[in-house]
Amino acid sequence: MIDPSVFQLICFYAFSAVTIGAALGVISLRNTVHAVLALVLTFFSTACIWLLAEAEFLAIALIVVYVGAVMVLFLFVVMMLDIKQEHIREGFIKYLPVGIIVALIMLGEMLAMIGVRAMHAQVMGANPATVAGMSNTEWLGTALYTQFLLPFEIAALILTVGVVAAVVLTLRQRTGVRHQAASQQVLVNPRDRIRVVKMAAEVPAAPQPAPGKESTP
Amino acid sequence: MGDQILNQLIWPVIYILAIVLPLVIAVAMFVYWERKVIGWMHVRMGPNKIGPLGLLQAFADVVKLLLKEVILPTEANKFLYYLAPMLALIPALAAWAVVPFNEQMVLANVNAGVLYLLAMTSLGVYGIILAGWASNSRYALLGAMRSAAQVISYELAMGLCLVCVLVLAGSLNLTDIVHAQTGHKGMFDWFMWPLLPVFIIYFISGVAETNRAPFDVAEGESEIVAGFHVEYSGSAFALFFLAEYANMILVSFLAAILFMGGWLSPFPASWGFIGQGSFLWLFIKAFIFAFMFLWFRASFPRYRYDQIMRLGWKVFIPITIVWVLVAGCMKYFGWVTVGTGG
Repeated sequence: MIDPSVFQLICFYAFSAVTIGAALGVISLRNTVHAVLALVLTFFSTACIWLLAEAEFLAIALIVVYVGAVMVLFLFVVMMLDIKQEHIREGFIKYLPVGIIVALIMLGEMLAMIGVRAMHAQVMGANPATVAGMSNTEWLGTALYTQFLLPFEIAALILTVGVVAAVVLTLRQRTGVRHQAASQQVLVNPRDRIRVVKMAAEVPAAPQPAPGKESTP
Repeated sequence: MGDQILNQLIWPVIYILAIVLPLVIAVAMFVYWERKVIGWMHVRMGPNKIGPLGLLQAFADVVKLLLKEVILPTEANKFLYYLAPMLALIPALAAWAVVPFNEQMVLANVNAGVLYLLAMTSLGVYGIILAGWASNSRYALLGAMRSAAQVISYELAMGLCLVCVLVLAGSLNLTDIVHAQTGHKGMFDWFMWPLLPVFIIYFISGVAETNRAPFDVAEGESEIVAGFHVEYSGSAFALFFLAEYANMILVSFLAAILFMGGWLSPFPASWGFIGQGSFLWLFIKAFIFAFMFLWFRASFPRYRYDQIMRLGWKVFIPITIVWVLVAGCMKYFGWVTVGTGG
């Protein structure tokens, strides 16, 4: 049987290759729906890499939040758009120099950051979750809700404000729109709307003339 | 060497088959049971011609579906059209990996089991959306859009219900969640009592997540023919069918595990034989929920689309958010006993 660490390394390279391939697909595929699906695959294989690094909570949260919700809405929007496939590549050459400059600057910044970290020669400590004898999720929860409670709450507050702001900014007060008031609809008493009339199934026939008279003419 | 291969490769495959094959047969029998039950509720006989009591009807349908041709609509996206049914089925089957059937009887005893379940159930929607888009049909696209919006809305309520459960249990592991519901009072130690509103919302959200009646606007046959799978035939349609019913059975099992104590007996352990936990209890509980799916279908008219959205966003999510706080208080002040302590 293969050594587990070697197997882990093989998995890491396999997932990384899929991630990079899918990320390239996002920017090169002609069909926009295919591109969105390539992005989904990128997120998914990134989550697999995180699982290898024993960051199980982050990995599954990535799938739940990005793959399960955000990308579904993305796909929703892209499917609704009426995009002419042939116009998509039009500005490719024109924007290429700017794109390359941005990419180079980003690469330089990343390398500089890695260099600064390396100069500090900060040795990564052992995985704090394994030190504490807890699972990754449990340790993360304990740390977030005790040690980092205030930053966590502030982040939550900022996100809530963001949601409210998005709703307020896109809310247009239109006049002349008829809305349903569900609360009032529920309170309707059926007796106000419909009157049940009790009556006999058959109307009694009109009184017949006396049989004696009928035979007279 | 040989033992290692046996342990690492062969046994997991046998375990997986031991879950998936009964599941597929359960789906076939569930379809038969659905047609029977709805028949009785309509004062009809239901299927009764093929086999004794019509028991082989589902298998006859399977053979019929598999022998039919899979038709590709014109201008459809071929790759995605064939991929979509598989994307619907894979998460529906993968979610079963963490379902515990009994003490130690679980394929993967994952620590983040509840999170894994959330992830898998949220992936199932891709099959539906892609099927609707790749079919190149207006009805299918409309069905896919409705389904996507509905599944995303109810996933939130469902997620918050799960948060309530894990606040009380203090664990994301499904086996630990069942253990947290043990106690001396039998069924009164289950989470369905302190979390009663959440329990009801969870099951209703489960019905909505699986696009079943009365929330079946995604396929509403009177409005958009059959929704996302209108263009599918033969075995491709059979895969969607299998995924939908596997998901229904999954939601039934999860409701039993999360709120009704899984394999635990409803009677106190001191009652001897019937007080012991067994996978049969889990199957009985799951069967009750599965039956309720059919009961709902025969009883309620279809919800209107805007009413579904209002119910999800304006009723269920606020109630579950409040109940997360209530569950936190229950746990903090010790109103709910967790495990055998109480």
